Amino acid sequence: MKPPPFSYHDPRTVADAVDLLTNLDNAKLLAGGQSLMPMLNMRYVLPDHVIDLNRVEGLSYITRRDGVLEIGAMTRQRDIEFSEAVAERCPLMAEAIRQVGHRQTRNRGTLGGSLCHLDPAAELVSIAAALDAKVTIAGKSGTREIDFAAFPVAYMTPALEPDELLTAATFPCWPRGHGYAFVEFARRHGDFAIVSAAVLIEEDKSGKIARASVTLGGMGPAPVRAAAVERALIGETIEEKRLRDICEPLRKLDAIDDIHAPASYRQQLATVLPRRALIKAHERIAPGGRP
Amino acid sequence: MSDTRQIAVTVNGMRYEEIVPVRVTLADFLRHQLGLTGTHLGCEHGVCGACTILLDGRSARSCLMLAVQADGHEILTVEGIAPNADTLHPLQEAFRDNHGLQCGFCTPGILTTLIELLRDNPDPTEEEVRIGISGNLCRCTGYQNIVIAALDAAKRLRGSSGASQP
Repeated sequence: MKPPPFSYHDPRTVADAVDLLTNLDNAKLLAGGQSLMPMLNMRYVLPDHVIDLNRVEGLSYITRRDGVLEIGAMTRQRDIEFSEAVAERCPLMAEAIRQVGHRQTRNRGTLGGSLCHLDPAAELVSIAAALDAKVTIAGKSGTREIDFAAFPVAYMTPALEPDELLTAATFPCWPRGHGYAFVEFARRHGDFAIVSAAVLIEEDKSGKIARASVTLGGMGPAPVRAAAVERALIGETIEEKRLRDICEPLRKLDAIDDIHAPASYRQQLATVLPRRALIKAHERIAPGGRP
Repeated sequence: MSDTRQIAVTVNGMRYEEIVPVRVTLADFLRHQLGLTGTHLGCEHGVCGACTILLDGRSARSCLMLAVQADGHEILTVEGIAPNADTLHPLQEAFRDNHGLQCGFCTPGILTTLIELLRDNPDPTEEEVRIGISGNLCRCTGYQNIVIAALDAAKRLRGSSGASQP
């Protein structure tokens, strides 16, 4: 297994990368390479041009500002894993990233690569959905920002024009002391999840849920925000039996049926994992977390 | 199409200037062009971990990088772990003494992975070692003696902080 022949380009600026994308046919962007390289080695993709983003300046950073974390597209997953800003302001991401592959792949793999590859079960894709992230996209006519919710357009297909690339993602942070949990079911540590649940909650003084975000990964082509469950949780207190009832309708979600698990198995997980995540999130609400 | 590039890489402390076809993986470059066949190729798509090397001190799968991407970088392969031809690294000694390998195919990737792990975390728990090598597949040992060897190596390295370590 060897990559097929291609021409190799290693631009130094985003503008040069956009120029190459505009002028070259059948080009693929190479970020951390942890998905594209296997696809090249196995010849699932046959690009005429590979545009390597690893030498582009200014795409690797984690910035904290006005209640958001902005993370550059070429930021390595390892740097997110060890970032104090992420651990402090976005603990859900810090928890999820440790389940992305292994140390050897996180050292190379990038945020932007993971978001654009859009594997249905990818942890970072679920986190972007759970946090209502926005993505910044650079193209020939300048940059634009869109909601991550509108980014997946089909199975493993992001809303990118052929001359565009993702340059950053912005994650709104929840208030200090909120509850969070990322729970996934995978056969082995480091595998893609069969199903994952990402949960964020805020509770009021009396312990009633005031705000909730519940996201399921691995069910369909893109992460599913369980909006009905999020609404049903408002005003509830975390109690296992009640959560069973609230999460039961998730069994009706459409689910992928593949070699890893039949749809009915995923649907069962969809009722179980959010419940476990909600309980864990509740236990993590810091004593000062309730206003 | 036979696009090539000239690259300059430092491998195990030696500088090489080589011309490489752009589509060649770092793993094949190390093995075929530099003759460093200690880096093993199991799956060639990033699953087995046998081809793990250190790139600027960070573990990476060399089958998932192009050789051109290593231009200007520093690489450590299993050949560069031991201080010299007659002395094993304490990690290698621990593997020998604890029967941490059988056929040895996965060993180069496990050693390079553990070099990073023990450097960043000199006193890991068994759980941390197991998670640390979860990206390395071994079909012989059942991992038990690998974990024992890794923990023993950690102890040896902590005890000999003066020993030369890459």
